[in-house]
Amino acid sequence: MAEPLLDLRELQTHFQTFGGLVKAVDGVSFNVKAGEIVGLVGESGGGKSVIGFSILGLVDPPGRIAGGEIRFDGRDISKLGEREMRNVRGRDIAMVFQDPMTSLNPVYTIGRQMDEVLRLHTNLDEAARRIRCIRMLEDVGISGAESRLDAYPHQFSGGMRQRVVIAIALLAGSRLIIADEPTTALDVTVQSQILKLMRRQVQETGAAMILITHDLAVVSEMADRVVVLYCGKVVERGLTEEVIRSPAHPYTRGLLDSIPRITDRQRRLRQIPGTVPDIRTLGAGCSFRGRCAHAQPLCAERSPELAPVRGSLDAACHFPLQETL
Amino acid sequence: MLGYTIKRLLQMVLVLFVVSIIVFLMMSFTGDPVFMVIPIDSTQAEIEQARRLLGLDQSLFSQYWIFLSNLLQGDFGRSYVFRQPAMDLILERLPATIEMVLVAMAFATVIAIPLGVYAGANPNRTASRGIMAGSLFGISLPGFWVGMMLIYFFSVRHPLLPSSGRGETIEILGLRLSIFTADGWSHILLPAVTLALATLAIILRITRAGMMEVMRQDYIRFARAKGASRTHILFAHGLKNALIPVVTIFGLQLGDLIAFATITETIFAWPGTGKLLIDSIYRGDRPVIVVYLMLTAFIFVVINFLVDIVYTVIDPRITVK
Ligand SMILES: Nc1ncnc2c1ncn2[C@@H]1O[C@H](COP(=O)(O)OP(=O)(O)OP(=O)(O)O)[C@@H](O)[C@H]1O
Ligand code: SF4
Ligand SMILES: [Mg+2]
Repeated sequence: MAEPLLDLRELQTHFQTFGGLVKAVDGVSFNVKAGEIVGLVGESGGGKSVIGFSILGLVDPPGRIAGGEIRFDGRDISKLGEREMRNVRGRDIAMVFQDPMTSLNPVYTIGRQMDEVLRLHTNLDEAARRIRCIRMLEDVGISGAESRLDAYPHQFSGGMRQRVVIAIALLAGSRLIIADEPTTALDVTVQSQILKLMRRQVQETGAAMILITHDLAVVSEMADRVVVLYCGKVVERGLTEEVIRSPAHPYTRGLLDSIPRITDRQRRLRQIPGTVPDIRTLGAGCSFRGRCAHAQPLCAERSPELAPVRGSLDAACHFPLQETL
Repeated sequence: MLGYTIKRLLQMVLVLFVVSIIVFLMMSFTGDPVFMVIPIDSTQAEIEQARRLLGLDQSLFSQYWIFLSNLLQGDFGRSYVFRQPAMDLILERLPATIEMVLVAMAFATVIAIPLGVYAGANPNRTASRGIMAGSLFGISLPGFWVGMMLIYFFSVRHPLLPSSGRGETIEILGLRLSIFTADGWSHILLPAVTLALATLAIILRITRAGMMEVMRQDYIRFARAKGASRTHILFAHGLKNALIPVVTIFGLQLGDLIAFATITETIFAWPGTGKLLIDSIYRGDRPVIVVYLMLTAFIFVVINFLVDIVYTVIDPRITVK
């Protein structure tokens, strides 16, 4: 099998804060193959966005990549210098940021901000760049695209801005697209429209995508494989169908139980009890044990390693679940 | 835009009217100017006559009324001392002041903005801390002391630059200017540097504060994610967003320097309006002081207007109404 496009190996991204060292990403490994969509899920604070920023080398002090490798196309890009990294950003790897309201620069027109990417990474002339920008805006469902190029971000609604941000990320035809909650700001119909567009883009260009979301429903619709994160660690990963049908990790199970289903309308949604613990004070043992219904004394003593459970599933749990949902 | 300009013009007239009242009242409390213009050994009759000639025998209200109606006819009064129209006296010296101030502001801006951007984008570097410490000196050293030190080092110890006057001037469009001759430049250098120092420090600090705020924003990181260069991110994406307070301060400082370059002009014997003001205050030359203050108010109002226009150019979210 060919080498994956992106291969994260034991990635460590730490933040030095006043309250102590925050291991926001603590030994995360997973890979993404060309043409594949990998979903990155987990509750708020799990480290999803920080993984995205780490891949692009956009972690600023007090944070730093403290260990591991980020292999893209066979070379470890986490060791590249700023100048070389600039050619990776936007060209090889593009990212859609989580917050559409703040991703666009308020003092430049949409057209100029789109054009910037093409100016940086293509040799197209001005007219060709303009046409490409207009096409892309139409693709993400912005009507009257041509006249919209001269508008400023504050003249757009949140949903429209998010589409512009997505358009910018797709514009240069990058080989890997990191989409951080790309559709959270959009209403449901637009959401599926945008997701379809993004999936089509991946299929047509053979690009790969990391889809970051806390919404397992979106993941089950879009992703080929799923990586579940909890407190900066991968707790479970595998093919989407298997993860959805028979999760091995109690945390994944908890996430799945909190999705509304059409079939069991009468049952109340079950939220995972408790809250995410403070990463700085985790100590030994499984970080999920305070919220886990299956916890045993062993869980407090030793932290579980990520290990194969069955089929494609890897899970980090001393007592993986067996039943099928 | 036209409607806005007209509205601002009307506002300007109102401001000037109010200023004229304040200035006039202030002047009428500062003693009897008649003693400044008559010979020491004048008789009572001569004093009375001088009063009548100057209009000082009338009530305060009718004095103001005469003053105002003269103003509206373009007559700003005559200097008691030079017996010339006060406005002419000031306008004759204004180019010298404005030219010195513009050179000073250019110095200040060209140095302060890049340093401020650097210090704001890299707040933890030693160089940035050095820049900030240096700027504290710029703010706290008194201008007259800096001026005297510059004269001491560059005119007395090492006679490189002249310490007084404007040097050779040439007339361009009816204005006498020094900045087009080498000799003029050698004269303008020291006073302009003296004047620039405090402004440089203030603009630098404001730029830094703005940049520190802006560099935290998501759109900066998003621009980096596009692969833009560091310089482009700092100046195109960052600085433009940090510029509003910088422009505000720039406008205020510009007006302030034009109006009150008095001390620097005195130290360097620069024949500008500031020196005229000091001399006029000494001599109780009331019409000159009045016109000077009115003109200063006018300059502030105009600068303010221009600053508002510049805001809308920088930030599309700001519109004029
Ligand atoms: N600049 C920073 N300084 C200190 N800690 C940080 C910083 N950025 C992120 N973190 C920490 O890293 C952890 C992971 O944050 P991250 O933003 O990746 O979470 P997330 O999974 O994307 O959550 P969400 O779903 O809310 O977006 C959090 O605990 C956060 O406190
Ligand atoms: S290791 Fe123990 S506490 Fe952790 S998820 Fe598995 S059963 Fe629960
Ligand atoms: Mg996030």
